[in-house]
Amino acid sequence: MSKDKFTTLKTTAVPLPNENIDTDQIIPARFLKATTREGFGDNLFRDWRYDADNNPIASFVLNDKKYSGKILVAGKNFGCGSSREHAAWAIYDFGFRVVVSSFFADIFKNNALNNGLLPIVVSDGFLKQMLEAIELNPKTEIVVDLVNQIMQVGAVKESFEINAYKKTCLMNGYDDIDYLLSLNQEIKAFDLAHS
Amino acid sequence: MSQQKPRTIFEKIWDAHVVKRAEGYPDALFIDRHFIHEVTSPQAFDGLRKRNIPVFNTNRTTATADHNVPTKDQHLPIKETLSRHQVETLRKNCQEFGVELYDLGHPYQGIVHIIGPELGLTQPGMTIVCGDSHTSTHGAFGNIAFGIGTSEVEQVSATQCILQYRPKTMKIEINGALAKGVVSKDIILYIISKISASGATGFFVEYAGDTIRNLSMEARMTICNMSIEMGARGGLIAPDETTFNYMRGRKFAPQGEAFEQKVAEWKKLATDEGATYDVVLQYDAADIAPMITYGTNPGMGMKVTDRIPTVEELKEISEHASFKKSLEYMGLEQGASLLGKTVDYVFIGSCTNARIEDLRLVADMVKGKKKAENVEVWVIPGSKQVEAQAISEGLDKVFEAAGFELRSPGCSACLGMNEDKVPAGKYCISTSNRNFEGRQGPKSRTFLASPLSAAAAAITGRVTDVREFN
Repeated sequence: MSKDKFTTLKTTAVPLPNENIDTDQIIPARFLKATTREGFGDNLFRDWRYDADNNPIASFVLNDKKYSGKILVAGKNFGCGSSREHAAWAIYDFGFRVVVSSFFADIFKNNALNNGLLPIVVSDGFLKQMLEAIELNPKTEIVVDLVNQIMQVGAVKESFEINAYKKTCLMNGYDDIDYLLSLNQEIKAFDLAHS
Repeated sequence: MSQQKPRTIFEKIWDAHVVKRAEGYPDALFIDRHFIHEVTSPQAFDGLRKRNIPVFNTNRTTATADHNVPTKDQHLPIKETLSRHQVETLRKNCQEFGVELYDLGHPYQGIVHIIGPELGLTQPGMTIVCGDSHTSTHGAFGNIAFGIGTSEVEQVSATQCILQYRPKTMKIEINGALAKGVVSKDIILYIISKISASGATGFFVEYAGDTIRNLSMEARMTICNMSIEMGARGGLIAPDETTFNYMRGRKFAPQGEAFEQKVAEWKKLATDEGATYDVVLQYDAADIAPMITYGTNPGMGMKVTDRIPTVEELKEISEHASFKKSLEYMGLEQGASLLGKTVDYVFIGSCTNARIEDLRLVADMVKGKKKAENVEVWVIPGSKQVEAQAISEGLDKVFEAAGFELRSPGCSACLGMNEDKVPAGKYCISTSNRNFEGRQGPKSRTFLASPLSAAAAAITGRVTDVREFN
C-alpha cells in the first residue's frame, strides 16, 4: 500500500533530549485500544503532555509554543521497549516526518520506516550540537535530504546512513508487502517443502 | 571440496528459512509460526481486507486474547467498551480469516508467550513472530523468535514471510552454581544491569554456559523473555534433553516416533565448534545475587543489598538528566538502599514469570504465612492451563490462606491496559519485565524482581533480601 513519498524536507524541529524514551512514554498502553491507525497523535507523550486532570503541562516541549516543526530530535536509545507500531503512528499522526537520535531501538526503527517516518541516526556530537542549536534558536531551519543522505542544521552538515532498500521504499512510497507478494510462488513451494 | 564454515545455531536456523536473498533487498525469511493477539492485529487484518488477500497459511497462525482481558469475572462481557471492542474485533477477524483463536473461556487461553510453549506450538529450529516484543520468550526452545510491528503482522499474515536484515550475533555465557535465593529472573536482571537497556540492540543473543544448561525450560523462558529489555531482537538457548523432555507429549508437538525423529534433527541445531560471534560476554554465576530495579528502565537494576548509584558514579555525563528524572519519578534518593522500603502492591504474573514453576516457588515460600497488612497481592497465572494446574496442586489454598488474590489469566498489571492497574504514586514489586514510567498505570512505580523476592516482600510488606527471609 502506498505511503507518502519522502525526498527532502526543510523545517524546524522539536527537542526532547531525554534518553531511553520507551514506547510506553510515546503512547501509553491504555491508548492502544483503537482498531484503526489514525488519531494516535492526540495521545502522543500523553503522560508527559497532560497532568492527571488532562490539563497541558506547560513545561513539556510539545506544549511549548516556541517549538514547532516536523522533526523530533531525541536522546539516545529512542523507541525502546514494546513493539507497538502505535508509537510510530502517533508520532506521524502528530505531524512529525523525521525522528533524529544517536541510537534507535530496532523494532521502533522498522516500524517507523514501514510508515513513512524517517529515523535518522546521527553521532552523539552532532545530536548535542543540534539540540543546543534548537534550544538557542527554536526557529533554526533543518534540511533533511534523503536523496543525498545529508542533514544540515544551520551551516553544519552531517551525512546519515540508511539501507538502500528502505531508502527506495521511502522515496517511492512502496512497502514490503508489495515485494513479498511478488515472491508468492517461491514462498508457496517453500511452505510445502517444510510442512 | 570446500568444508562448510562452522555456524552458530542462529545462523543455521536463519539460513534454513531464507526463501529469497536478492541483491539490494533484505532476506525474505519464512515464518513457521505466527502468534496473534488483539492489540497489534486489527489494523493488519484491515490491510488484508483492503488488498483482498487471505491469511497465507492458517495452520501456522494462532491467536489468543490476553492484553485487554480482565482477570476477574472472565465469564462476563468485558466492561470497558474499547477493550471489549478490541477483543470482539479479534474474534470477528479470526472467524473471517479462519484463524484458530483461544478466546476468553477456552481451556487454552492465556498470555500468548505462555500458551505457545505449553501447547507444543513452539518448537526448536523454528522461526516465530508475534506483534509483541516479548516474543523472544520462545527462543528458550532453540528457535529464532522476535517481536514485530503491525505492518509486519500484516506482512506475515499475507505472505508467511518477513523482510529482515540479519542481526549481529552475541553469545552470553554464564558458568557456575547459583547462590541460594538466586533464580533465573535474577540472572537476566543482572545481565541487563551490566550491559544497559540498549546494550544488545542490533544483536540476536545466544545464552550458553553450564548455569543456563542447568535451568529448567520455564526458567530459560524467563531469561529469553527479557532479551528485548537490553535491546536484543531475540535470545535463544540451544535445545537439549531438558527441552525435549518438556516438549514430549504436548498437544501440538509431534507425537511418538515422529517426535523422536525430530529430536534427532533438533540435536544438530547446536552451534558448531569453532563458530564465531560478533560479541561474546562471560559472567560468573557466583557474582549474581537477588536483583531489584530502582529506576525507570530495566537496565537500572542492582543487587538488592546494593545502594542506588549517585550521579557522580554514572559513566556518561549525557545520562545525568535522564537519571535524575528517573529517580524523581520513582521518589527515590541517589545513593540510598532499597532494603526495608515499604511497598504497596505485589504483582506476580506476566509472560516473564507466570508459569507453574513460578507459582510453585511463591507458594513454597509463603505456605503457612500471611501477607503484610500494607500490601495488596495479585497472583495472575499465565494461562488457563497454569491456573488449572495450580488449583490441582492446591496452590490456590496456599495463596488464599496468605491473603493473596489468585485471579484469572491475562497480561494484567504488567502493562496498565486492562482493569489491573497500580495507582499513582504507589510502589509495586513486580515479577514482570518493564519498569517504565506509567507502565503499570499512570504514575505507578515499579520495582522489578524475581518471584521469590516478590513473595518475600508480600509477607514483610517491604523490599526484602530473600536470603535473610525465613
